[in-house]
Amino acid sequence: MATSSERSPPPFPDSEDQDVLDSEEVGGRDSDEDDGEDLFMSASSPPLINTDSTPEPASQLSDVLTKPPSDLMNDPLFEPIISQTDDKPAGEAVSEPSDDFFDLINNVTTETTGPAVAEISLDEPSDDFVDILGSETPKEEVVVANVTVEAAAAESEVPGGVTEPFTDGKTGNDAGLEADESSAAPIIDLSGDLSSNDAQQQPISDKIADPLVDLRSNAPLAAEAKKPSVATMDLFEDEGSDLFAEPQQTKSAKQPQKSLFGEPDEDLFGEPLGAIAKKNTSKAQKEKSDTTKAAAAAAEGPQPATKPLEPADIFTEEAVTAPPSISTTSTVNKTNGVNSEADTDIFAEATVELSLDSPRTERKTEVKPSASASTSLSAAASIAKPQSAALEELEEEEEEELEDKFDIFVSVKDPEKIGDGMNAYMAYKVSTQTTLSMFRNKTFTVRRRFSDFLGLYEKLSEKHGPNGFIVPPPPEKSLLGMTKVKVGKEDSSSADFVERRRGALERYLQRIVNHPSLLQDPDVREFLEREDLPRAVSTQALSGAGFLKMINKATDAVSKMTIKMNESDVWFEEKLQEVESADQQFRKIHALVESLVVHRKELSTNTASFAKSAAMLGSAEDNTALSRALSQLAEVEDKMEQLHQDQAANDTFSFAELIADYIRLLGAVRGSFDHRMKAWQRWQDAQAMLQKKRETEAKLLWANKPDKLQLAKEEIAEWEAKVTQYERDFERVSATVRKEVVRFEKEKTKNFKRQIIKYLESQLQSQQQLIKYWEAFLPEAKAIA
Amino acid sequence: MMEEAKDEASVLSVHGDDIKVTEVLKDGDTLTFLIISKKDRHKPVVSPVFQLSGTGEYHVDRTYDDFEWLQQHLFAQEDVPGIQGVIFPPLPAKPQVNASAKTMKQLGILGLGEWQPYCKAMETFLRQVAAHSVLCRNKAVEVFLTSSAPPGRQKIRKNIFNRLSQAVEEMRKEGHKDVDEFFQTERDRNLVLTSCTKTAAEKFLDMVLTEQKIAVACGHFSAALHLLVEPGEDADKQAFSRVCVKLSEVFESMKKNMTSVAENNMSTLGLGLDLESRHQEAEKEMLFRRTCKLVELESTKRNAEKAKPVKKLAMEEVKKAAETEFEHICRVAKQEITRFEKVRVEMLQQALVQWCEKQLLTAKESADQFNKHLQVFGGMA
Repeated sequence: MATSSERSPPPFPDSEDQDVLDSEEVGGRDSDEDDGEDLFMSASSPPLINTDSTPEPASQLSDVLTKPPSDLMNDPLFEPIISQTDDKPAGEAVSEPSDDFFDLINNVTTETTGPAVAEISLDEPSDDFVDILGSETPKEEVVVANVTVEAAAAESEVPGGVTEPFTDGKTGNDAGLEADESSAAPIIDLSGDLSSNDAQQQPISDKIADPLVDLRSNAPLAAEAKKPSVATMDLFEDEGSDLFAEPQQTKSAKQPQKSLFGEPDEDLFGEPLGAIAKKNTSKAQKEKSDTTKAAAAAAEGPQPATKPLEPADIFTEEAVTAPPSISTTSTVNKTNGVNSEADTDIFAEATVELSLDSPRTERKTEVKPSASASTSLSAAASIAKPQSAALEELEEEEEEELEDKFDIFVSVKDPEKIGDGMNAYMAYKVSTQTTLSMFRNKTFTVRRRFSDFLGLYEKLSEKHGPNGFIVPPPPEKSLLGMTKVKVGKEDSSSADFVERRRGALERYLQRIVNHPSLLQDPDVREFLEREDLPRAVSTQALSGAGFLKMINKATDAVSKMTIKMNESDVWFEEKLQEVESADQQFRKIHALVESLVVHRKELSTNTASFAKSAAMLGSAEDNTALSRALSQLAEVEDKMEQLHQDQAANDTFSFAELIADYIRLLGAVRGSFDHRMKAWQRWQDAQAMLQKKRETEAKLLWANKPDKLQLAKEEIAEWEAKVTQYERDFERVSATVRKEVVRFEKEKTKNFKRQIIKYLESQLQSQQQLIKYWEAFLPEAKAIA
Repeated sequence: MMEEAKDEASVLSVHGDDIKVTEVLKDGDTLTFLIISKKDRHKPVVSPVFQLSGTGEYHVDRTYDDFEWLQQHLFAQEDVPGIQGVIFPPLPAKPQVNASAKTMKQLGILGLGEWQPYCKAMETFLRQVAAHSVLCRNKAVEVFLTSSAPPGRQKIRKNIFNRLSQAVEEMRKEGHKDVDEFFQTERDRNLVLTSCTKTAAEKFLDMVLTEQKIAVACGHFSAALHLLVEPGEDADKQAFSRVCVKLSEVFESMKKNMTSVAENNMSTLGLGLDLESRHQEAEKEMLFRRTCKLVELESTKRNAEKAKPVKKLAMEEVKKAAETEFEHICRVAKQEITRFEKVRVEMLQQALVQWCEKQLLTAKESADQFNKHLQVFGGMA
């Protein structure tokens, strides 16, 4: 069931993504359809479509809806199963071949009852399906995750009603199938089922009806794809693939599936679904992040009962490599390479679900991420930490992946000067877009002034710095730049200054929210969300010089301490050196980039003046054709000037600012080293103190002063506790710093790569623009004569 | 006119179009230019002194002094009627190795690079001389192009066309009202165009210089990026190093691109504008010479009127002579101006077209490269 929560991230694909999805879906659907047809025609073939269809409704429907979805799901699942099970009829449900709808009904009923009666009854196939259901249901309502099982149980109570609709629907489906063409058939089936459900279960029906209708209409037509439909589609694909994937890979043995489902599933699903399964797996591979998410969700473990069972099964199975759900995961793991190591139950489950989710998550955009997903993520992050020892590596990866998702986007916009004269200050609009459930809204905007940003940094560094976290530093205060702005000079340099600062603030905030632990800080949330923030007073004194001093002080302290500290850990020693040399080099490179920018700006002004003189030359020219060409040339050069200017800005923002950021960040890294040193120092001091106390104790013992001896003993105990405490602190800080530095380096590479790609894209664009300009000019030049 | 030019071109034993300044040798402070010209097959070898390589080409080496010698000889053809009406092909300013900033500025675009633009300008000068219907008849041209002995090593007297003396008189006579409407408008136009082309050429030079600076800056950046490469087996580090190396390549290619943009600018429109500006100067000089003659003529006229009967006759003769000379000058000048107009428009057009084409080429190349780099980065993700 944990998987269900993972499911929750509903696919909110961009329009493009949607298209892709649609197309994919269509593809998948076709295959599904075929299967469905097979089902109806021949009992043995598993109706993929049905399964898919079931997830759809489930996703859309909330708790109430869970019933119908579960029913649906059960149906499809069982249908295939049944068809397969025909060979090995285990129970009543299996009794008849799939041809009969009654069989289906029976299956359904049995299924529904199954979960209700005992979780154990949920065989793997059922588990999978349940998972699917659960996952979908949770999407809409985070809280409901646990409920899914219950819902299933509830359903079991209503088996009669359910069965009826199913029968109807199926019969209808049959008719529909026959009547409609293969492609349309599966979808119609679903709709039929759903409709029947609706009719009977009215509370649900209302809600369901709409989505279903949408589904029906949408499903056939990819173009229409509305959110719900899209989501459902995704579900289809994913689920279908997962389900099928499992059988494929697990062919060898589906032990978890009890006698009923075991073999038939494999055969049936394996082949037809193969194609889909591949798709899914590939998607899954693409996004590790999903896996992490899933893991997180697993960690959450909304449904404890089911979980333990499943994971256990899975693992055992995993060992064998047979388990259906696991099989998918295992593939994912292999591809990723990352997760395979993490064999914890939680993770395994998570991974399984991940594979399902991945396609969706890819598409996830701001649209409306399911609340459950976000919660699960955050929860996962928080949960993951405690397990640090064993899972450290995993954690790191997890965190990284979490960041990758960018479930939160912060933008700083609209710098605005408020007030006049020297009391003026700049205020910025801080807009947040997020899918995280820790925030009340998905988007919100607040106004913050520059000192607020600094205040946030102060608070964060005070709180998290000593623990070894690298707190991203904000841009320095700039007296010169700000004074210019205050004086109201509207020249380009002050506009440039404001824009640079705005960008720096934006990146600063984004770095903070990308940090999994900083994001959890209440101050961060307050900063992003709260309408009126209490003024940060202390930061006003934190001018550029003061700020630099602060950082320098930290680094000085570090260098002093290194002399004292006999570094036991080679890793830290090397890292510190690396950081220091990187700092040097970044500074050098920053200067180089800045000079490049200066030259670019110069080129832009020179081009402008050449354009002017070309225009004058053109107007002085007697020869009309030449004159015309020259004035055209002037125009081209004018455009060129803009291009050069853009390029200068591009250089600035792609590299100069990025590198400036990293110079600041390296300072922060050194700060974290410094904090580690401090922790060490404290530990050492405590040890020295303890030593002293022991000596006094010995002296007292010698002097035979029992009254004071007691006191000394107490003190020793106290200091011993302190020493262990400090030692632990030091270990903890060291571990954190280490983790943070690794994270920092990963981020660095990613950041640079992203920037470079952006840069190249814009360069490419400007070259293409250039080509356009020249191509337009060439005929003009040729026309002279 | 054209036919005449053709006939007269045949005076020379080489084809004007085949003259090439192929190389420049730096010897201490002097530059020596290697000039190659193809022998016209229909002409006999004039003298054994003339140096003829096996390929039917004349290879001579000339210094700037030799060029100056040639120009002085062209200026000094006092026996040719109306010689002062000729727009003499402009010789670039004297090149100086390790020149000061000021002289470099005088040289303008020609001072850039390894003197290639300067060679090009010299070549243009020679070609224009050889193609000129009047000037190519001068023996000095033949000698200059074919004789193995450098002709200009002995100092020659600066003649009246010396620019210095001209500058002094210029202010006084520049504003002199012309008697001929045609020349008056031409003079006005020339005045405007001279300053316009000059600024345009200067601005263009600034652009090219900045482009060169950018190229250098890109090169530095590219080199510095290698500093960021961190040794080590760590996968993260290696990933970062790869990014740096790749980025360094990107900037290396940007540098190359910028360099070639600057070079192209220099060799096309840069040279074109420079030549145009020198052309305008040359025309201005010619017009000025004519104006001087006009002033002279007017004063002789006045003198003749005022002259006492005794001297009247002599004065009349002087006046007559001056009048004929002025007429000659005017005739030649009119021809020259029409020819010149055509030449310069053609030249400018060519420069513009070439420039545009080269720009397109480099832009496309670099777009291609960016595309490739982009793909590489995309692949790295």
